[in-house]
Amino acid sequence: MTAAHQMTGTPIRVENLWKRFGGFEAVKDVTFTAEAGSITALLGPSGSGKSTVLRMIAGLEEPTAGRIWMEGEEHTFKTVQERRVGFVFQHFALFRHMTVAQNVAFGLSVRKQPKSQQRARVQDLLELVQLTGFRDRYPDQLSGGQRQRVALARALAPQPKVLLLDEPFGALDARVRQELRRWLDDLHQELGVTSLLVTHDQDEALELANRIVVMHEGRVEQVGSPDEVYDEPATPFVAGFVGSSSVLHGHVVDGHVQFGDHRVPGAGHLAEGEPARAFIRPHDVRVTTTPLGGSLPASVERIVNLGWLSRVVLRLPDDQVLTAEIPNDELGGVEVGSSVSVDLRRAKAFPSAAVEDVELATEMTATPAVP
Amino acid sequence: MSAPGELRVPVLPSGTRRRLVHGGFIAIALLYVGILVIAPLIGIAWAAFQVGWSTIVSTLKQPDVLHAFYLTGVITVITVIVTSIFGVIVALVIARDRFPGRALMSAAVDLPLAVSPVIVGLMAVVLFGLGGWFEPWFTSHGIRILFAVPSMVLVTIFICIPFVIREVVPVLQEVGVTEEEAARTLGASSMQTFFRVTLKNIRWGLLYGIALTTARSIGEIGAVLIVSGQLTGQTETATLFVLRAFDQFQDDQGYIVALTLALVSIVLLVLIEVFKRRQERTQRT
Amino acid sequence: MSTQTLERPAAPPPAPPGAGRRPSVAIRSALARWGLRGTALLYLGLIVALPTVAVITRGFQDGLQSLRDALNAPGAREAIVLTLVLAAVTAIINVIFGTLIAYVLVRYEFPGRAWLSTIVDIPFAIPTLVTGVMLRALYGPSSLIGGFLEGHGIHVIFAQLGILLALLFVTLPLVVRTVQPVLLEIDEAEEEAARVLGATRWYTFRRVVLPKLRSGIAAGGLLAFARAIGEFGAVVIVSGNIIGKTLTAPVLIFQLASQFQPNQAAAVATLLFAISFVLVLVTERLVGARNKDAV
Repeated sequence: MTAAHQMTGTPIRVENLWKRFGGFEAVKDVTFTAEAGSITALLGPSGSGKSTVLRMIAGLEEPTAGRIWMEGEEHTFKTVQERRVGFVFQHFALFRHMTVAQNVAFGLSVRKQPKSQQRARVQDLLELVQLTGFRDRYPDQLSGGQRQRVALARALAPQPKVLLLDEPFGALDARVRQELRRWLDDLHQELGVTSLLVTHDQDEALELANRIVVMHEGRVEQVGSPDEVYDEPATPFVAGFVGSSSVLHGHVVDGHVQFGDHRVPGAGHLAEGEPARAFIRPHDVRVTTTPLGGSLPASVERIVNLGWLSRVVLRLPDDQVLTAEIPNDELGGVEVGSSVSVDLRRAKAFPSAAVEDVELATEMTATPAVP
Repeated sequence: MSAPGELRVPVLPSGTRRRLVHGGFIAIALLYVGILVIAPLIGIAWAAFQVGWSTIVSTLKQPDVLHAFYLTGVITVITVIVTSIFGVIVALVIARDRFPGRALMSAAVDLPLAVSPVIVGLMAVVLFGLGGWFEPWFTSHGIRILFAVPSMVLVTIFICIPFVIREVVPVLQEVGVTEEEAARTLGASSMQTFFRVTLKNIRWGLLYGIALTTARSIGEIGAVLIVSGQLTGQTETATLFVLRAFDQFQDDQGYIVALTLALVSIVLLVLIEVFKRRQERTQRT
Repeated sequence: MSTQTLERPAAPPPAPPGAGRRPSVAIRSALARWGLRGTALLYLGLIVALPTVAVITRGFQDGLQSLRDALNAPGAREAIVLTLVLAAVTAIINVIFGTLIAYVLVRYEFPGRAWLSTIVDIPFAIPTLVTGVMLRALYGPSSLIGGFLEGHGIHVIFAQLGILLALLFVTLPLVVRTVQPVLLEIDEAEEEAARVLGATRWYTFRRVVLPKLRSGIAAGGLLAFARAIGEFGAVVIVSGNIIGKTLTAPVLIFQLASQFQPNQAAAVATLLFAISFVLVLVTERLVGARNKDAV
């Protein structure tokens, strides 16, 4: 098992990192830190630059500008080999001409460790990833999930200071992904290696990470705990990307976002009269068949039964669309076509702004796809 | 089974018709290849064995025949070594490096395939013969390039440049860099990465290229004919021997040595096929 | 614990690439890259580029005089024309049969398929001279078949038909192996979709497969043509090198070179060379357009 490292400084610190490929800026002024023993997730859509950041930390790409520290020591100019990081690739990158055991031992044999020591460590790791019977198999004889476990064992073998994972479950089936996610969580509890995980799957980030760095188009949108990122999104992008939301457009009136005859609180930080949008989580929407004073009337357009809860698509008087998620036993008499009263508990308001944000928001408000 | 009363029209079911057409295609392909390729092979075997076993053995024991085979072997070995080592380097640059002029480099690699071997011989004459660019330097140092083995090696190398490179580049591109990146994150130096990861991955493509190089090198005639000066016993390769034999109406000797070369080629062909299949198999994983 | 609010600096000025890098690291990695690149450039430059330039220079040393002299030699013009015509015929015939063979190899399963594939590669392995010898053994006047054909007025050896057979032999694998990978890439699903929509096999071939094959076929044909105009070993044994009848350009160049007329040889060579070079460029363009970085 890995011995606990003596931390002499924050395991990972990244400061003002930039990366330009020709004319294209992939990473713009990214700064964050990762605490010892934590799992930090770099979360964002494709093209957000998160993999590039990870690769710069590993030394596989050179930053155009900015600096990288690991354990208090500057690593910006160190070679890949000098950094001693563990890296797990999305498509496993196992050495196809070596057995599982040889793959796992690679980092050790490269450092000329005595064979007996290598063998012992390989055995330990195979036990850790629950693949003891597979030592003499070749990668093409393994399933995707098994390959990724070997890749993990291989990365951990030389006792790296940090573990970097680049969309490690992206190439796997949905069920295997779930299993491995849980398994990685357990593994991390046991080993305590500081880990940096790149993913576009927000469920994965919310489930696994202690801290999330949300990235979009090369920039950091927000850094925080999963709760913070989910409940208190700092930007419209985060509000739209993490968790699902409905977006309602209106104007700021007296600290509320006003649309039509109704309004929802949460716009206290915005200027009066400014056009704004309110992001509303589906579980923050209460729906009743009996009209309540002051609540919003709406008609039910669609109901999708998701097992123990239902997704209810509501059409508001000013033609905007709102999505609610309601446990089935609270549905009452709500049916397609019926008129209901809607009570909006909370919202996160942002100024109506740039085109891309509007496009993203529009994606969110369009008829939600069934998962 | 048709229902009672239903009209049954005797029509050739389309399945059979299609099968006939396909069978036809296959038959044409086999026939063409049979006439073009197989028949001549049979022809030469027949002609050589007409001559009689004892003549075959005595011919093959002749000193100039033995020397010819020896010289072919030496040239081939040198060519294979040079084109393999530099071929892998060029392949790495073409497949992995991005720089302006890469397309030109790629075209330069293909050039020997399109150039007639006699022109290659001519190149050597122009460079190393009387009035050539390099001739004065070599003559003043007493080194003989033309009409001697060195020029024969050089032209063979020129002609064999494309084979290893063209086989290794697609493999490098297919395999990609991630395994090498993984090796580096695990602490392997560039050399370690190359020998333990890259080389293993290009193994079959490389061997396939080497087999092609060997075959081409053994079979070279046009270029070596021009540069060799045809000094029997000194600068005569196996192919040059065959040519001279037919020129001097010693057809029997020509057939015998030619058949020997054909047999060696068949062995090489088997190797070529084995390496090619292995390479295709690894690319499929 | 803190959430970062979004900051958008007006004009982001990142330091220029490499700024502040430890000099030795920058030098080390530049050296490594250029070391490899330089070796490759030197190897190809010395062995390929230099001799090519040398020949072309020699060909034009006396201006166009060498070329004129060479072309005035007896049989020279006929040789060049014959070479081009025979190469064209070879390319056309082998494009048709080669594509057929490639299609058969890729799309069909039948006993002996592996054998067919191997046999197609034979010309790659056999020395060209031996090819000529084999044809001579098979069709020479003293052989069974040769004698039979001669009796009916069909001359193979020491005639143009023999040259054609030799050229077809050596260029066959070039076409097949160029078309095959293109065929393999074509997703059979597209063909099946077409047939489900009601197209016949032939229609599907014409409208779905052929357009994609076009670049592969053209590349194969051009390669075959380029190879055929340069073929020496097989031709020199089989043709008899009869001036005006079966003398080809490569043999002409050889004769000029061995008659100590290197300038004239170089002139004719440059002519052929220019044709080959243009063909290689066109082929690269065609195949390169399909297969972005392939050599």
